[in-house]
Amino acid sequence: MSVTAPPQPRPAKAVVRPGDRIFAGAARVAALTIMLALAGVFVFLAIEGLPGLSAPAHIYAPAEDFWSYVGPLVFGTILAAVVALIIAVPFSIGVALFISHYAPPRIAAPVAYVIDLLAAVPSVVYGLWGGLALASAIRPVMDWLYENLGFLPFFAGPPSVTGRTMLTAGIVLAIMIVPITTAISREVFAQTPRLHEEAAMALGATRWEMIRLAVFPYARSGVISAVMLGLGRALGETMAVAMVLSASPVVTLNLISDTNPATIASNIASNYKEATPDKQALLIATGLVLFAVTFAVNFAARWVIGRSERNVAR
Amino acid sequence: MSTTTPLEPDTFAISANLAQPRLPRWAVVLVGVISLGLAGLVTLLTGWSLVGGLVLAILLMVAGLPTWSLLVEGRRAAADRFATALVWAAFAVVLVPLVWLIWMVVDHGLSAIDREFLTYDMRNVVGSGGGIYHALWGTILVTLAATVISVPIGLFTAIYLVEYGRGKRLARATTFLVDVMTGIPSIVAGLFALSLFVLIFGPAIRIGFGGAVALSLLMIPTVVRSAEEMLRLVPNDLREASYALGIPKWRTIVKVVLPTALGGIITGVVLAISRVIGETAPLLVVAGATDSVNFNLFDGRMMTLPVYIFSQYSSPGVVPVGMEGDPPGYARAWGAALVLIVIVMVLNLVARIIGTYFAPKTDRRR
Repeated sequence: MSVTAPPQPRPAKAVVRPGDRIFAGAARVAALTIMLALAGVFVFLAIEGLPGLSAPAHIYAPAEDFWSYVGPLVFGTILAAVVALIIAVPFSIGVALFISHYAPPRIAAPVAYVIDLLAAVPSVVYGLWGGLALASAIRPVMDWLYENLGFLPFFAGPPSVTGRTMLTAGIVLAIMIVPITTAISREVFAQTPRLHEEAAMALGATRWEMIRLAVFPYARSGVISAVMLGLGRALGETMAVAMVLSASPVVTLNLISDTNPATIASNIASNYKEATPDKQALLIATGLVLFAVTFAVNFAARWVIGRSERNVAR
Repeated sequence: MSTTTPLEPDTFAISANLAQPRLPRWAVVLVGVISLGLAGLVTLLTGWSLVGGLVLAILLMVAGLPTWSLLVEGRRAAADRFATALVWAAFAVVLVPLVWLIWMVVDHGLSAIDREFLTYDMRNVVGSGGGIYHALWGTILVTLAATVISVPIGLFTAIYLVEYGRGKRLARATTFLVDVMTGIPSIVAGLFALSLFVLIFGPAIRIGFGGAVALSLLMIPTVVRSAEEMLRLVPNDLREASYALGIPKWRTIVKVVLPTALGGIITGVVLAISRVIGETAPLLVVAGATDSVNFNLFDGRMMTLPVYIFSQYSSPGVVPVGMEGDPPGYARAWGAALVLIVIVMVLNLVARIIGTYFAPKTDRRR
């Protein structure tokens, strides 16, 4: 009996079953849907918004053409966002440091949770609070700013009696972006190499000197991108501004007077109701401008994050 | 020779001087109590509000402790104390608006909520009365529809990213686009849905389903992110064990990978829902506002809770002649705000509970 050699095992070939093909296809289609949706945002906004660029002149009243209509709005959007950032960034960095380096470990986690709660409160509730509670409560502060810092263009006044000013809107926006910037900064701060911190402490640095020498240089780009993501949120925020501000189409740096520029988003929210088709196209066109601005800001933020990640990898 | 001489008694005095003087441990508490007392006094004398008094107390604390430290401990320690005080103050100041807001909403909201408020709509309501019944149903229906749209898309995208697309160009592009989607302003999402439906049905269209489309655009990135993270946590051993038994890839995903990550995925979905349920701007633009109950997502305007709050705030009605106080709409707005916040908080809590109970079992060797 000659023993025949067992047949060589064929090289394993991946068996593709129909179920596999369907499932993989569904997964790929889902990923493509996201791409389509995002392209759709651009395409549909452009299709519906383009007529808004060249509508009859009375649509743009009191301005004459699209760019003079959207100009003050872009200015107002950026002004509100910048005011919000100036208020929010120091607090976010402070709270982030508090959670990552100062708070006793036992309360750091609950504190982080409470800050996340700030993010969970719907924006319309912030607007309600800003319009009905904060606006009247902040009037003495604006009077004080007007009397003592009135020589600055920001506080040229006269202070609004309702308190519904750019400053109030900026404060509400600031409260809304604090959670975002805090969450990212705190993660970056917590990633500082432990050895750097301990080396600084071993050389006799106080805790603040340790943070200045070891934590801040390490976290700089992360904090910058956190700030820019906060900026992106502040630019696009609608309800808080629409509910707090009494807006008019002006360009002014004055933060505490009765005449305040609207933002793009709040202008859409307060004008959508009486929108004729022409006006609706115009509002959609301004929305396209807003999308472009926030897209650029977010893109820059991601780029900074990506660059810092590469630096860390080194 | 001097190095070998026995230590003189006054050497000890020198080494004792090397230790810097420190403030006693109770110094922080003392300064805190003094600042609070002073601020309280000023508040009582000048009639400031509670918040003003608190801010003054914090300022006194931030100024007082470093000054004392500068006199006793020196410049560097004073700077350290100053930074510590600033950091604690930043935390305290950030808490002020949160506490204030919650207190306002609960205080004003509780007095507005009763049986009628929860079971009546706003049809033919002039002055006080009326309720949020229509808005409550609108919010539930629109959010449910948004969830039904975004969960399959988000989940399958995450499966693609983790299981199929590793290293492929489409996967990298998708990750980037999901990042971009996270940054879309909510009102732009609303305008997108509006222009989509305007293109199909003509310029006057306002339907609840449009709101669902807009919300799902905001919800998908959150779902993708959390689901992707959870799927990546599933140990590879499980997948390989399943392949070794000859199970096809798709059954491995359905029977092994997804059940392992289920808790985390549900948590992510619930958190995403709680994020979009409070969105106002997109619904305002697409779903419109109405005073009546509408159960049909595909026909006519639909009220939702956030839009209800906004419209009650912006057109609150008038105070009856001879009466004092706020217009009736404000009370309804606060009541609806309380209901909305309670919904969001409950969703957050549920997500947290699910997250802790069904935490994925990670690879033990890691």
